[in-house]
Amino acid sequence: MSVGAPRALASSGQKPITEILHPLSAAEEPLSVTVGGDKQEVGLTNGTPVETSSPASTSSLFNRLQLDDDLEADVRDPYADSTEMRDLFVTVDDPKKHVSTMETYITYRVSTKTSRVEFDLPEYCVRRRYQDFDWLRIKLEDSQPTHLIPPLPEKFVMKGVVDRFSEEFVETRMKALDKFLKRVADHPVLSFNPHLNAFLTAKDLNKRQGLALLSKVGESVKHVAGGYKLRARPAEFCAMGEYLDTFNQKLGTIDRIAQRILKEQSEYLTELREYGGVYSSWVGSEDELRRPLEGVAGCVTTSCGGLEDLGDNMTLDFLPVLREYVLYLESIKNVLRKRDQSQAEYEGRLEAAILRKQEDRTPMPLEVEKCQDKVECFNADLKADWERWQSNKRHDFKQLLTGMADRNINSYEKSQAAWESLITLLQDKQTEDKTSETN
Amino acid sequence: MAEDGREESVAADDDSQHTAEDGRNGLNNTMVEESPTLLRRMEICVAEAEKRSGKNAVNMQETFTVYLIETRPMDALAEGRNPAPDSLWRRYSEFELLRNYLLVTFPYIVVPPLPEKRAEFVWHKLSADNMDPDFVERRRVGLENFLLRVASHPVLSNDKILHHFLTEEHGWKEVVYETGFQAKADSRLKALSATFRVRNPDKRFMDMKHYSDELQSHTSQLLRARARVADRLYGVYKVHGNYGRVFSEWSAIEREMGDGLQSAGHHMDAYAASIDDILEEEEHYADQLKEYLFYAEALRAVCRKHELTQFELEMATQDLISKKQQHEELSTGIVRTFSFKGMTNKLFGQEAPEQREARLKLLEELIEEGEEAVKDKTVECEEHVEKAWVDMQRFKEQKDKDLREALINYAVMQVSMCKKGIQMWSNAKECFLKM
Repeated sequence: MSVGAPRALASSGQKPITEILHPLSAAEEPLSVTVGGDKQEVGLTNGTPVETSSPASTSSLFNRLQLDDDLEADVRDPYADSTEMRDLFVTVDDPKKHVSTMETYITYRVSTKTSRVEFDLPEYCVRRRYQDFDWLRIKLEDSQPTHLIPPLPEKFVMKGVVDRFSEEFVETRMKALDKFLKRVADHPVLSFNPHLNAFLTAKDLNKRQGLALLSKVGESVKHVAGGYKLRARPAEFCAMGEYLDTFNQKLGTIDRIAQRILKEQSEYLTELREYGGVYSSWVGSEDELRRPLEGVAGCVTTSCGGLEDLGDNMTLDFLPVLREYVLYLESIKNVLRKRDQSQAEYEGRLEAAILRKQEDRTPMPLEVEKCQDKVECFNADLKADWERWQSNKRHDFKQLLTGMADRNINSYEKSQAAWESLITLLQDKQTEDKTSETN
Repeated sequence: MAEDGREESVAADDDSQHTAEDGRNGLNNTMVEESPTLLRRMEICVAEAEKRSGKNAVNMQETFTVYLIETRPMDALAEGRNPAPDSLWRRYSEFELLRNYLLVTFPYIVVPPLPEKRAEFVWHKLSADNMDPDFVERRRVGLENFLLRVASHPVLSNDKILHHFLTEEHGWKEVVYETGFQAKADSRLKALSATFRVRNPDKRFMDMKHYSDELQSHTSQLLRARARVADRLYGVYKVHGNYGRVFSEWSAIEREMGDGLQSAGHHMDAYAASIDDILEEEEHYADQLKEYLFYAEALRAVCRKHELTQFELEMATQDLISKKQQHEELSTGIVRTFSFKGMTNKLFGQEAPEQREARLKLLEELIEEGEEAVKDKTVECEEHVEKAWVDMQRFKEQKDKDLREALINYAVMQVSMCKKGIQMWSNAKECFLKM
């Protein structure tokens, strides 16, 4: 299904007002510049003209309100939107291993339910592998450079350290892919991207087809001449950049601490196992003390098991999410840089145009106006996405850290239960012995 | 029986109420109630420790610690009076002297050990310094424990020197030396030689000796492993303190998340700090294990004494037999065994009858002495076996009870540690939820 996809998306004209999520998305526009389109719009992700400042703030307010509701209501499905608004639901599940002569890999089932007209059918079910998700992300970055694209779980895993086909690893990766896709589907602009549509619907994802779908936006942003220097970056974007730098640093520190803890815990575990072994070996030379010694050895073993689980969970659930965010920050910084370039270009052209105008009284060229539009739309998109990102980030880290606390609590609870039952056992035996002695 | 009453009440205690402290007090109570001994008549405790300076034997300045021993008559307490305790100061070396005296004087008793002279099996935080206040405190407890054990022992508690030790500060050392116990001490060489050369030691004692090796091996292995575990656990907890710092730094750049992160950071700091008390508490468990590590040595000493007495008996018997044989040969002229005298007689002719008579007479005297010696040694050996066996049984029962109690206390400590951990992380979780 190669040419079918663009066809579905070209119906950009008549869109009922209810299907427009918020002014900024202006859903009819993103695809008007794609295949076959003779519309030579400046190719922004939305066609809305300049006055984007208020939509940006309403949209961001809107987003924040939505997500705050979610945080209280449904912890398990953080992206559960209020159902009246959502018309696109995606899920990633059912991992399966494929073995071929060349390679072994995992595919996941991607299920879609939608009422959007851009989709031919209301339901889809396809199988995709990590590579496909990677492809999608690259395409989204290229075609929507003014937006923040969510991160994917790490591509490479050190062989020998983590088993790529172990149940836990696959499970973790799948959850991350599911989160990625849901974030994209949730996004007012990205969710209408043709590449996403292809990803969700195509029986065989022909990745070369991507070239044809590349939007003019991507091209124009990419081909910004590098020669322009930025005059004055607006304060809010400076603040974003600084925040990202500091946050990046902190995430790095947390990653290091978590790894250090894992190392210390692993060494503790080694010693603890040996320690339990000494109790077991002592049993041989005792008779009355047999039971308590065996009991202690048993409790130590149980504690070891709990610690092992804790370590595995931290490796599989905690560290990958941290690293995802580091990648996320990098991609956001890139977007900031592109925004700067956009602004620089505009300023450069403007300056040139002003000089020329002064010389020969020609009117302000259209390109300069288009540049201005571009910058202002970029700024608006970015601000809206930033707010959305901040909100998601807050939720994600709340979940991450709470999960870490829960896992530690579980580990202690397991250990406590074992020791308490040993105490009961030994004290009951003591009472038994004493009563039988006096009888 | 009072003993039963006390133990039933311990057993009925709710898990959450049974603390390690209860375990230790329980042990002390048992000793008081079970003993028809000194301890019944006198309350003993090692109340304090103090630093002193003075000149030592080679006239050099040194600092040492002295311990205050307080005693009060039990009957006064029972009558409800509360007299001031008698007290005196003793240093560690005096305790050692007392114990050495007991070891020599009662070689059939498994003599309670002293707390260790130097801190061993330390994990990195504890200094191995004898002047370290924690070490001194634990030593004070150990010395008190030693005195209570000795004073509640059915045999040891009656000793006059012990009584003197507890009541007369000055001149005690002279009195001990006057007993001449040092002369009675068996040389190590003698004891070692007996171990190798004894032919028929009592099997029960050999088994007990083997058991003492096992006990020593396992307790020392356990102490070493525990120290390593403590070291690692310390590391795990302390690294979590780093979360405290980074959360604090991170909270500075956050709007809504800031407060939650900041408070969570404080809880992480508290978590990291909590390990100090946990490990300090565990030292008591280690001390209980150490006591039995040293007890194993005392048990082995009793077994070795048996080997020695048995060996001496065998030697005396052997000596008597050989003398009787010589006598027989001399009187009958029949040489059964090779001897130089026999050889020289053959080569150079027999000796004169008067000489022969003299030698026969001498041999008869020696035989008489030898028979006395065998009788004495037999009595010594049998008495030792009888008394030692009784005390070894007593020791076994005590060991089983004490170590069982120690293991239960250890479990209680572990439960407490888990509860603290859960508390800390729950606090942090609450802060995370407020982020």
